[in-house]
Amino acid sequence: MLHIALKMLFRDRAKYAMLIGGLTFCSLLMGQQTSVFCGLMMWTTALVRNVSAQVWVMDAKAEQANEVIALRQIELVRVRSVPGVAWAVPLYVGIEQARLADGSFQNIQLIGLDTGTFTGRPMRLTAGRIEDLLLPNAVIVDQVAVEKFRRKGITLQVGSTFEVNDKEARVVGICHVSRSFLGQPYIYTTYDRALEYARSQRKMLTFVLAEPVSGVSPEALCDRINQLPGLRAVTLDQLFWETIWWYIRNTGIPISFGTVVLLGIVVGVAVSGQTFYLFVHDNLRYLAALKAMGARMPLLSAMVLLQAFFVGFVGYGIGMGLTAWFGNAVLRAEQPPFFMPWQVPAFVAAVILFICGFSALIGLVKIARLEPAVVFR
Amino acid sequence: MKTAIRVDNVVKSFGTGEARTQALKGATLEARFGELLMIVGPSGCGKTTLLSVICGTLHFDSGRIEVFDHDLSTMTTGQITRFRCQHIGFIFQQFNLIPTLTAVENASVPLLLNGRHQRDAEAGAAAVLDQVGLGRRLHAYPNELSGGQQQRVAISRALAHNPRLVICDEPTASLDAATGKKTLELLKERALQPDRCVIVVTHDSRIFPYADRIVEMEDGHIIGIHDDPKTYHHA
Repeated sequence: MLHIALKMLFRDRAKYAMLIGGLTFCSLLMGQQTSVFCGLMMWTTALVRNVSAQVWVMDAKAEQANEVIALRQIELVRVRSVPGVAWAVPLYVGIEQARLADGSFQNIQLIGLDTGTFTGRPMRLTAGRIEDLLLPNAVIVDQVAVEKFRRKGITLQVGSTFEVNDKEARVVGICHVSRSFLGQPYIYTTYDRALEYARSQRKMLTFVLAEPVSGVSPEALCDRINQLPGLRAVTLDQLFWETIWWYIRNTGIPISFGTVVLLGIVVGVAVSGQTFYLFVHDNLRYLAALKAMGARMPLLSAMVLLQAFFVGFVGYGIGMGLTAWFGNAVLRAEQPPFFMPWQVPAFVAAVILFICGFSALIGLVKIARLEPAVVFR
Repeated sequence: MKTAIRVDNVVKSFGTGEARTQALKGATLEARFGELLMIVGPSGCGKTTLLSVICGTLHFDSGRIEVFDHDLSTMTTGQITRFRCQHIGFIFQQFNLIPTLTAVENASVPLLLNGRHQRDAEAGAAAVLDQVGLGRRLHAYPNELSGGQQQRVAISRALAHNPRLVICDEPTASLDAATGKKTLELLKERALQPDRCVIVVTHDSRIFPYADRIVEMEDGHIIGIHDDPKTYHHA
C-alpha cells in the first residue's frame, strides 16, 4: 500500500509541487543563512586560525582575539620564566594605515612575527618566501590586499612598494590566509619592523605566543601562566570560542540571522504544514473508504508518514543542494562569508523532520478521528 | 438457503441528552447466501445505519449481529477491521475511487490490503476489470471515465478480493436510469454467487425488481420483508 501512498502524492501535482517548494525554500533559507552566520563567525576568528599558536597570552582584561590591549615588553620574559614553557615569542597585531602610490589610504591589519622563528606565519604563500621578510622594509601581503589595491588601480606584486605610517614597505611575498572580520588586508612583517611601522606607544606587545614542554598540556600551561598578575593565558581552542561567543553576546548578528532562520521555519510550517493538511483533508474521503475496506490505523499512519517524510526528504535535498551551490559560488568570490559545518545540515534536517512530523501528526489526528462509516453519508 | 447474516433486535443511537436520536429501534432481519437483499425506505429511516452496523464500520448499542457465524459484538475493533478487509466488498454511492489512481490501481486496493504484492494485485484487479468490460481502460483515471464506467471500477474493486459479503450503498444514485439498470444487471451477474450475499441500500424504486427480497424500513424499524420484489411497490 505504500506505493499507493506515493502515487497519491506524486499525482496530486499542484500540492506536491507546493510541498516541495515550501520545504526547499525553508531548507535553503535556514541552510544558507546559518552557513553565512557561521562564515561570519569564522571571519571573527581569522587571526586565531591564521596564527594558530597553542597558547595565547594577553592582557588580563582582553576578552577576545580582536581586542588589542597591549602589554609591556617585560611580559614576554615573565612568560618565558614560567615552568613548562618550551618557548614564548612576541606577536604584534595592530590596525595601521597604508598609503598607496596614488596618495589614497587603505586600513591594514599589521602582523609582526617573531624575527627568529616567524611563529604565526602564513602557511600558504602564493608568491615569494617567508625568509625574505628579513630583507629591508619587507612585508608579505595577503590576497585581500592584492584585491583591494587592484580595485584602486594599483597592481600589488612582489617588488611593489607602499607606505605604512610614512615608512616604506616592500612586498616580498603574497600569501593566502583567512580574511578578517572587518575585511582589512593582513600585512605580515617581522616583530621589530612592525614596531617601527606602528605608532609608538608605551606598551607595544599584543600577544605572547607560547608552547608547552613535552608532558605539559596547553591547558596546564595556561593555568600556570594565569598565576602571573595582569596576564591571561588561553589555549587556541578557548580563544577561538571566546571570540565567537563575544560576537554572539555583544553584537546583533545572531538576532539578525536568527530572525531569518525563524522566518524559514515559519514559512516551512505555514506553507508545507498547511499544504499537507489540505492534502490529507482532500483525501480524507478516500482514506475513510480505505478504513472501511479494512485499512488499519498503523497502515494509514505509515502511508501518511511516508508521504510527509518523502516530501521532506526531497525538499531538504533540493534546498541543501541549492545552499551548497550558493556556498560554492561565494567561496570562489570569498564573500559573503560561508561556512557549512556538519551541524548546519543536521540542524536543517532536524527542523525539516519536525515540520514534516508536525504536518503528518495533524493529518493523523484527523484520520484517527475519522469514522469509517462516514463514507456512507 | 443458508443464513449469512443475522441481525437481532439491534439498537443504535446518536448524540446524547435531549439531542439523542435512535436511528435503529430494534432491527431484526436475516440475509441469506446467494441472495441480493435490498434495504429500502425513505431518507433518514436508518437504512445506512443498518448497513454500517452490519459491516462493522459503526458500533451498535445493543442487540446481536452475526456475519458468517462471527458475532460482531464479541469482536475487537481490530478483529472487525481484519474481518471486513477479508470478507466484505464495498460499493459506495459516490464511488470513492481515489482520483490520483488509475482504474486498475483503484481496483487492486482490497488485494493490497489483504497482503498481495503489487504485481499480483494489479493482475487480479485487471482480470476483474476485464470481466466488467473495462479491459481497455485499465490505466484510465476516474476523471477520464463516465459515471457508469466509474461504478464498474467500483464494482471491480468490491469483488477483486472475492469477498463473501458485498455491501452497496445507493449504487445507482449518481447514475442515469439506463446506466443504473446496467449496473444492477452487472452486479447481479458478477457479484451474486451461491456462497456470497449482496446487500443493497437504495431508495431507487427502478432497481427494486433486481432484488431477491426487499426489507422495508421506516423510522428505525423494519416494517416489512417482501419475498416478491416484482410485485412490491414502495408507497
